[in-house]
Amino acid sequence: MSFLEVTLLLLDGFKITVLLFLITLLGALPLGLVIAMGSMSKFAPLRYLTRGFVWIIRGTPLMLQVILVFYGPGLIFGVQGLDRFPAVVVAFILNYAAYFSEIYRGGIESISAGQYEAGQVLGMTKTQIFFKVVLFQVIKRIIPPMGNEIITLVKDTSLARVVSVTELLKAAQDIVGLHAIIWPIFYIGAFYLLFTGLLTILFNIIEKKFNYYAG
Amino acid sequence: MALLEVSNIRKIYGKEEVLKGVSFSLEKGEVLAIIGSSGGGKTTLLRCLNQLVTPNEGTIMVNDKVIFDSTLSKKMSEAEIRENRLHFGLVFQQFNLFPQYNVMRNLTLAAQLLEAEKIKKKGGSREDKRAAFQKIDEKAVALLERVGLADKMNAYPCELSGGQQQRVAIARALILNPDILCFDEPTSALDPELTGEVLKVIEGLKSSDSTMIVVTHEMEFARRVATKVIFVADGVIEEMGTPEEVFEHPKSEKLQHFLNKDVEFKPGK
Repeated sequence: MSFLEVTLLLLDGFKITVLLFLITLLGALPLGLVIAMGSMSKFAPLRYLTRGFVWIIRGTPLMLQVILVFYGPGLIFGVQGLDRFPAVVVAFILNYAAYFSEIYRGGIESISAGQYEAGQVLGMTKTQIFFKVVLFQVIKRIIPPMGNEIITLVKDTSLARVVSVTELLKAAQDIVGLHAIIWPIFYIGAFYLLFTGLLTILFNIIEKKFNYYAG
Repeated sequence: MALLEVSNIRKIYGKEEVLKGVSFSLEKGEVLAIIGSSGGGKTTLLRCLNQLVTPNEGTIMVNDKVIFDSTLSKKMSEAEIRENRLHFGLVFQQFNLFPQYNVMRNLTLAAQLLEAEKIKKKGGSREDKRAAFQKIDEKAVALLERVGLADKMNAYPCELSGGQQQRVAIARALILNPDILCFDEPTSALDPELTGEVLKVIEGLKSSDSTMIVVTHEMEFARRVATKVIFVADGVIEEMGTPEEVFEHPKSEKLQHFLNKDVEFKPGK
């Protein structure tokens, strides 16, 4: 197989990788905020419930979660579950939302009480304090850990192959198996490096944008 | 009738009674200094006035209007508490400026939010809003001039010294025209050489129609600027009077002890 043929086949897999990455972010970024709110709730049952959820998600392998979402409904309840790709998407969103929620929570709890009190004595509502005072400071603080987590997500997409979704890594494995050549499996490393490299640059730019003030 | 009437404020944290029934009143134009050892309840008292802390008992009245009353059967709504809070301004020990906004925006943010709310309620036009915001901007500039920081209006808090930050915080508290401006140890977080500029600004605010409450460890300042001094110890007002009465003729043993300690720490004086 020529280099070009391999590249074209791998690009098909890469498309799935990028798609999974983007949909996961789109779902997990907002869902994480909801979970963070739950885990900071004053209503104890809700707090325990969400923290329990986060514990289970963070305490088990993502691969296991993908398998469970895909095979679980059929094996346990005997009902038709999700297709392969949607099942992977659901598992990824739940998993990453749990991790993001902890980053959000850490960011929100790191803002000093004085910021809230300053808003309060100036007659702001709780909503105004959150959106006009706290949120921006939280975003600045969580950029580095979020960058870390999002780069991990790029590489975690390779777990989708466990339920036969042909993302980048599986695309390479298929070529290796069919054509008895080994190099494509190393070649995909370049794809991942390019992807994470771009994200690193993006996060550096964002971080710089927030650097106009200290604190 | 007094501008501020505080009676029998009690605050209990868990098992500890931090305020054990504190009552005092304040006339318009007065400057009240609250002194006492750390942990005596001074800051808690100030936070009760600003409704950052809800007292367990007592009443607070400003201009004959009830701001807080523990005997009311119905709890005040969030909106009422917000409105009542605006009778008081508060300058914090740690300044608590908003770091992401420049000096100007730190001053105008809350004022604009309140104004926008008012205009929306009245159904005012966009022009009304623009005119109102314009006025707020002008007022902010005037206040910055008053605290000597007009040239810093585009600076961010992290670019200012502690003393400058505290002066911005004072201007920020003033922009909402509080009836009573409170200071919670305004110079305790500052280097000694920076306390002077802040105390000077506070002293400069003294006038017949500005009323202030200052929790402070600066005894010289309290003696010079205050019209009334309260000595708080172990959650009660141990002694209250004019600066002369409190500083020159302390009656209680606790106050005598407290003032002596202050002298001990400054052997030069």
